[in-house]
Amino acid sequence: MKPEPADRYPLLSVRNLSKHYPLRSWWGGKGSVFRAVQDVSFDIRPGETLGLVGESGSGKSTIGRAVTMLNPPSAGTVAFEGTDLAKLSAGEMRRMRARIQMVFQDPYAALNPRMSIGDYVAEPFRLHRPGMARAERRDEVEGLLARVGLDPRFAQRYPHQFSGGQRQRICIARAIALKPSFIVADEPIAALDVSIQAQVVNLLQDLQDELGISYLFISHDLRMVRYLCQRVAVLWHGRVVELAEADALYEDPRHPYTRRLLSAVPVPNPVEERARLRAAALLPPADPDAIGGLVEVAPGHWVADTRYS
Amino acid sequence: MTKAAIAPAGVALPAAEPILRAEPGPIRAFWTRLTARRTAMVGLVIVVALILMAVFADWIAPYDPIATDWGAIRTAPSWAHPFGTDEVGHDVLSRIVFGARASLGAGLTSVALAVALGLPFGLLAGYAGGVIDLLIMRLTDALLAIPFLILAIALAAFLGPSLTNAMVAIGLSATSTFVRLTRAQVQAVAAEEFVEAARAVGNPPWRIAIRHIVPNIVPAILVQATLTIAAAIIAEASLSFLGLGQQPPEPSWGSMLNVAKNFLEQAPWMAIWPGASIFLAVLAFNLLGDGLRDALDPRQRT
Amino acid sequence: MGQDREILLDVRDLAVAFDSEGGAVHAVNGVSYTLAEGETLGIVGESGSGKSVHVLAMLGLIPRPPGRITGGQVLFQGRDLLGLPERELRKIRGGQIGFVFQDPMSSLNPGMTVAAQIIEPLRIHLGLDGRAARARAKDLLDLVRIPNAGARLDQYPHEFSGGQRQRVMIAIGLSCRPKLLIADEATTALDVTVQAEIIALVQELKREIGMAIVWITHDLGVVAGIADTVQVMYAGRILERGPVDDIFRDPRSAYTLGLLRSLPDLSRGRAGRRRLHQIEGAPPDMRHPPPGDPFAARNIYATARCLTEAPPLAQAPGAAPGHLVAAWYDLPAHLAAEEAAR
Repeated sequence: MKPEPADRYPLLSVRNLSKHYPLRSWWGGKGSVFRAVQDVSFDIRPGETLGLVGESGSGKSTIGRAVTMLNPPSAGTVAFEGTDLAKLSAGEMRRMRARIQMVFQDPYAALNPRMSIGDYVAEPFRLHRPGMARAERRDEVEGLLARVGLDPRFAQRYPHQFSGGQRQRICIARAIALKPSFIVADEPIAALDVSIQAQVVNLLQDLQDELGISYLFISHDLRMVRYLCQRVAVLWHGRVVELAEADALYEDPRHPYTRRLLSAVPVPNPVEERARLRAAALLPPADPDAIGGLVEVAPGHWVADTRYS
Repeated sequence: MTKAAIAPAGVALPAAEPILRAEPGPIRAFWTRLTARRTAMVGLVIVVALILMAVFADWIAPYDPIATDWGAIRTAPSWAHPFGTDEVGHDVLSRIVFGARASLGAGLTSVALAVALGLPFGLLAGYAGGVIDLLIMRLTDALLAIPFLILAIALAAFLGPSLTNAMVAIGLSATSTFVRLTRAQVQAVAAEEFVEAARAVGNPPWRIAIRHIVPNIVPAILVQATLTIAAAIIAEASLSFLGLGQQPPEPSWGSMLNVAKNFLEQAPWMAIWPGASIFLAVLAFNLLGDGLRDALDPRQRT
Repeated sequence: MGQDREILLDVRDLAVAFDSEGGAVHAVNGVSYTLAEGETLGIVGESGSGKSVHVLAMLGLIPRPPGRITGGQVLFQGRDLLGLPERELRKIRGGQIGFVFQDPMSSLNPGMTVAAQIIEPLRIHLGLDGRAARARAKDLLDLVRIPNAGARLDQYPHEFSGGQRQRVMIAIGLSCRPKLLIADEATTALDVTVQAEIIALVQELKREIGMAIVWITHDLGVVAGIADTVQVMYAGRILERGPVDDIFRDPRSAYTLGLLRSLPDLSRGRAGRRRLHQIEGAPPDMRHPPPGDPFAARNIYATARCLTEAPPLAQAPGAAPGHLVAAWYDLPAHLAAEEAAR
């Protein structure tokens, strides 16, 4: 896939990303490999949100972790602000983490139960701004908590005293502490109640407007992805099958899997639900290896060339 | 319409969003839970009493524990000697009081040694994994294969029997338990998402181990340590009973039993008091350990 | 619809509490509703709404202690389930009332073949055995559209995909031709395409068998497709209930409205995007349930009365018959005023 003709230099440039897990044969020798992610390429521009959608086993979480080098890729390049992340030493990568942050799915698991939330949010400062004075750090932490809508007086409290939505906001506060340019959000709202999801999504949107952060928004919630993302990539069996502007993708899906996915999303409108025909069983299961490279079928709209038996 | 009073204004969420529970922090909450359990409190009280007894033995014991009194051999409990005397005229009560130093000291010191050795190695094995893990676990297995009695005898043979050597032997034998426990706990905690989040924010491995992993494994280690102290007390008593630990005339509950076994008919009190003391000490630590486990366990993940 | 049919389930003022260290958690506070034969009721709510708990309590499936049923009656075909001894309840569970749980991974016994698990209720409730039971098990797998049913009967749960396992759960739930099938977040753990298939399956089964269904979910989209009647629960109470079309078209509870508005509209392009409506705050602490309307603290339309007095669930004025709402405030009036001000 050619690099996108971006008007701005892409903030993140992923090319031919692959992640394989070797499967051991029963006799201990090297057997086949499980290809969790195969040959994935995309760009993210500054201030943009790219949605990564897929069902279970699509590899979307793996891509999220590969891009942040938490689980480095088996092959391919991840270039952030022009730097190939795989070529960095451990120390350099750690320092780079000041600019690349991650928000995880389960707010109940992502917080250290034995750390006060104030310490938790202060950690990026301790790690990347060691010279910072204590008072200044405390002020920053209080400012961050207030920014995400939490009372700064709660800095001494522990995670178990907060609700799911509040915990996710604590995680977001920490993620924006050093004003990163890029945040990978891996299913950030999946574990939250519906009425709380809107709070968190609005917060993410506000922060993007305010700080110009780019997001890689990984989710299976197609409605939310359309709302939040300028461009969307659809994953299937570890490969990108469609990549386009959000409107184009949702209004004119070209790949059969995308169509199937979109038609399966239940809409909160009874009349429409009863009337629609589900494109449920249109697709015979395709061999993952039969999914080819991306082809530009319309300006900015890429579809994978897929062979069906 | 009293909207202003109840409607949250703009982004000022704190007004409408109650902090769910105005609960105390983890330490205070743990203490509340612990004190709520009667058996744990019984254990704690006894343990504290025994420790105080050992520390202030000089002031509590009526007689010098190694002072012999040939005129009062094997006398039954009386006002002068509430616990009776032994075969050389020692006051049994004083020996019990001073003996607590040997038993509790051995228990606490040997476990301290085991934790001091076991925790770092377990941490390394659990977090680093790979070859280091393999190496440490094989060494631990080798250590585990040596029965502590054999170890004690070997040490006694090379260095001479003494309380210190007994403590070392017990400590080394218990080390493998702590290596394994720490490793298992570290592996469990390292798989948690907040550890991954710690990596994502740029923590170097040593900071993750110290700041994120260790605080979360302390409860399990604490419980195991308390229960191991109970076992160590019995171990010391056994070793002293066999003559490998505390050497006479210094008192130890175990060595007192060793001597007392010859006089079970004539002077049963020589055996009853040390036996009861060992029993009480072990019971107390077990109760405390169980209580700690209950108080610490359901804390995670409310 | 449903007015002239037999009432199958009559829940009257059900209340359930759980004893915990910090006090009793009042999970269900006075829930009353009826379910007619063949009716599909969609119960919608978030965590802590009591939607799952009240159903589990009905069937005697909550652990007691710490759970307690603090009041009410549940009449199933005239008998009060709450008063029945465990022996009698067991006859009903799996027999007259089928249940489908959320997580097919943990609800199916990994050590038993699928055939054995389907045959179990058949044996218990219908006394079927041997070849008859096996034949019926195969019929059931066919019913839930598992291909190659005969061969798959003797496979173990791990040999099925998540969606197929859920179908097996449905087969087990339907095995004794129950009058009522209860599904608790049955598709929440499934992929969206698999969910669509399961929903389609349930719709077909409804037509074929005609059982009553209680479908519990947090997803308004799922409810829109499946339910005849929708019931919205919050903090252990029913805030709104009515025919599905009316609820979506003309919500009368501010909570229902808030839920509908906080969903992004899939059909709107990015140009027409407006900020997602967010319901401020969080659900109340159920150890101290608020005296009035539980949603009042987060409700921008609440009146003073909402804070002190719990509104009864009553016919919403001017709405379709059977559309009930528990509210002192007049939502349509507020919405009209907002519309006019725009």
